[in-house]
Amino acid sequence: MNDGELTYHKKDLPSSISKIGMVLLAIGVILGVVAFFVDHSRAVFNYLIAFAFMISIGVGALFLIALEYVAGADWSVPIRRVVEFFAAIIPFLAILVIPLLFNMGELFHWSHTEAITQDKILQGKAPYLNVPFFIIRVFVLIGIWSLFYFFFVRNSKMQDSTKDQKLTKINIRLSAIFIPIFALSITISAVDWLMSIQPHWFSTIFGVYFFAGTVVAALAAVTLATVLLKENGYLHPAMTNDHLFSLGALLFAFVNFWGYIAFSQFLLMWYADLPEETSWFLQKWEGSWAIFSIGLIVIHFLVPYVTLLSQPAKMDPKKLKFISVWLLFAHLYDLFWLVMPGMKQLSGGYSFSWIDFVFPIAVVGIIILVFNMKAKKENLVPIGDPKLKRGLDFHL
Amino acid sequence: MADKKIFGVTALFNNPDAIISAANKVASSGYTKWDVNSPYPLHGIDKAMKMKPSKLGFVTMIFGLSGVVLALLLMWWTMSVDYPMIIGGKPFFSLPAFVPVTFEVTVIMATVSTVVAMFAFFFGLPRNAHALHDTDYMKKVSRDHYGIVIEADDPRFDERSTIEFLRSLNPLSTEIIYYPEKERYPIFEPRFITFLFGVAVVVSLGTYLMLNKLMYIQPFNWMDDQAKISPQSSSTFFADGRGMRLPVEGTVARGFIPYPFMGETNPKEVLSNPYFPTKANLELGQRKFLTYCSPCHGNYAEGNSRLAGQFPNPPTLHSDRARNFEDGMIYHIITNGQNAMPSYASQVTREERWAIVNYIRVLQRAKNATDSDLKFVKVE
Repeated sequence: MNDGELTYHKKDLPSSISKIGMVLLAIGVILGVVAFFVDHSRAVFNYLIAFAFMISIGVGALFLIALEYVAGADWSVPIRRVVEFFAAIIPFLAILVIPLLFNMGELFHWSHTEAITQDKILQGKAPYLNVPFFIIRVFVLIGIWSLFYFFFVRNSKMQDSTKDQKLTKINIRLSAIFIPIFALSITISAVDWLMSIQPHWFSTIFGVYFFAGTVVAALAAVTLATVLLKENGYLHPAMTNDHLFSLGALLFAFVNFWGYIAFSQFLLMWYADLPEETSWFLQKWEGSWAIFSIGLIVIHFLVPYVTLLSQPAKMDPKKLKFISVWLLFAHLYDLFWLVMPGMKQLSGGYSFSWIDFVFPIAVVGIIILVFNMKAKKENLVPIGDPKLKRGLDFHL
Repeated sequence: MADKKIFGVTALFNNPDAIISAANKVASSGYTKWDVNSPYPLHGIDKAMKMKPSKLGFVTMIFGLSGVVLALLLMWWTMSVDYPMIIGGKPFFSLPAFVPVTFEVTVIMATVSTVVAMFAFFFGLPRNAHALHDTDYMKKVSRDHYGIVIEADDPRFDERSTIEFLRSLNPLSTEIIYYPEKERYPIFEPRFITFLFGVAVVVSLGTYLMLNKLMYIQPFNWMDDQAKISPQSSSTFFADGRGMRLPVEGTVARGFIPYPFMGETNPKEVLSNPYFPTKANLELGQRKFLTYCSPCHGNYAEGNSRLAGQFPNPPTLHSDRARNFEDGMIYHIITNGQNAMPSYASQVTREERWAIVNYIRVLQRAKNATDSDLKFVKVE
């Protein structure tokens, strides 16, 4: 590789990006506030979906960073900043969660004390599912994630100027600590935010299910941003489509993993046929939810599987752009499918409402703004990372 | 050397960048029958050699898809058509249960076929007499060098100009490779083969005699043969050839009480109930009813168990007809069976059958309670 011609010079993102982000956020927030007055319950549930989606992107990206360090991956070093910028949303979760905490009564049946007194099952679960402990868990988890995010990024950023190899070593150690914590915390988040909407139901694989979707969403976001930035020359000029292949292959792997986990969850419950387990799936077969359930298989598994199956497809920027947008939508759809049937008014079937489309707009706006804010301040390539050269030399 | 046939010419390089740029030049010079050898997979070499994407993926896909089809056909035929069985109350053809097996068969068909196709068709193995074997060139490219070989079969091949061309790529060295002489292997000599055949016959014969004759010579019989008849075996001693004898006609088991109306569909008279519906008796009846009767008749004898629809529907026991049966008639039906219902005489003892009759009476009374019954309950 000839280093003379191919060095990275920072190019600022166009100012239109922050404008787009602002406009999307403004539209989302205004319509969102209106939605809270029009149909309070529906707005709260949609807010939960949007919030879970931001957890997916932020914490999923943080997991990808840790994965790179722990696995000693070279290929992903040139795009690690992109991943870090997506993880930058984590500290904001602490603020974004507050509206949900004020509306817990709307979301969670178990948060009503009178509901617990009449319900033996909820009494049994009360030591875990109670409001104070829930709020503590939420903030402790966001705190832990923010802490790890802060250390990962600080070390990575410091390396740009000091080029100190020790920082990579520190991050590797941190990652090894983070990954088991991540496994626990993502499970707790999935149980708290998504599973406890129907508090009688339980599934031991649910955390893994949410994790699979999380990584798919984070990878899709990273892929989309990487392809766009690379096409417009914001990343290192020595990067090739072979890097895209790795992203495509990872996406493909995690789409399969999601399918595998989703089916495992279904198969065991279907086979055992116990009323306390099947109720959840039966409810998602109620009325028009059946169409949503079939749609989930097609959208989240079949279409991406077929699209990404061949080797050329995994490195084709056009196909990657399409499928990453598709998968981001698919994860949103997945969350919608997990959350919405739990809303009392919608338990019999879906009825259309404009509110369902408002919050994702705001989420996209927030993510773009946070990304842009970080991209302005920092290099888009970790120029001090000792593995960068090897990462750029990566070929299939 | 001159009369030997040329296999091709080779050039050696000592670093990966050199071989990749050399491969680039060879590929663009129009040679088609040539190859690169290296001690480990080189990233980017297939691009430099301008190779078309491998067709191996199609083998994987075709065999993977046939794995899907085969697995589903197998399970459909065996589980739904040829020998249908109810497993866990699922339908005969239940796709979710078949998915894991389909997945496994797909994976194994795809992977095994890929490996086999790769070795057999794409590598053309085994190639025991390849010209590059036992050459200095092969030893070097297996260790710390990288080599290019252009074969003589190539239409553009010319001994002199091809070597000139390879030299122009600045290799460490070039070499002409000849086909090895055809070797004569002594093991294919007729005399050796005859000898081998002779040995095979002697060994087989020896082994046969050893295992089938020698081993069966019995120095002592260790009580192997005894003048007795083993269970389940035949005997010439008795006229009917059976080793085991039937009990004398009219033998009954201890405690056996004969049931006089066995086999009659509509007995003219029936037994009368010898048991009072005491608490213990009713509890026994309930237990046995839930075990033996409820799977078809339902927990409350309403004929609405989950089997409904899969067999001729079991009747409710709350119909006027059933309620007007005498106790002995219900006992008769349990003992003898009726329509699709088999006899339960062997599973349920006599006392238990009467207890079930009493329990059915309780259910019927509860289901058709009158106001006076309610008063009775209130008093209690």
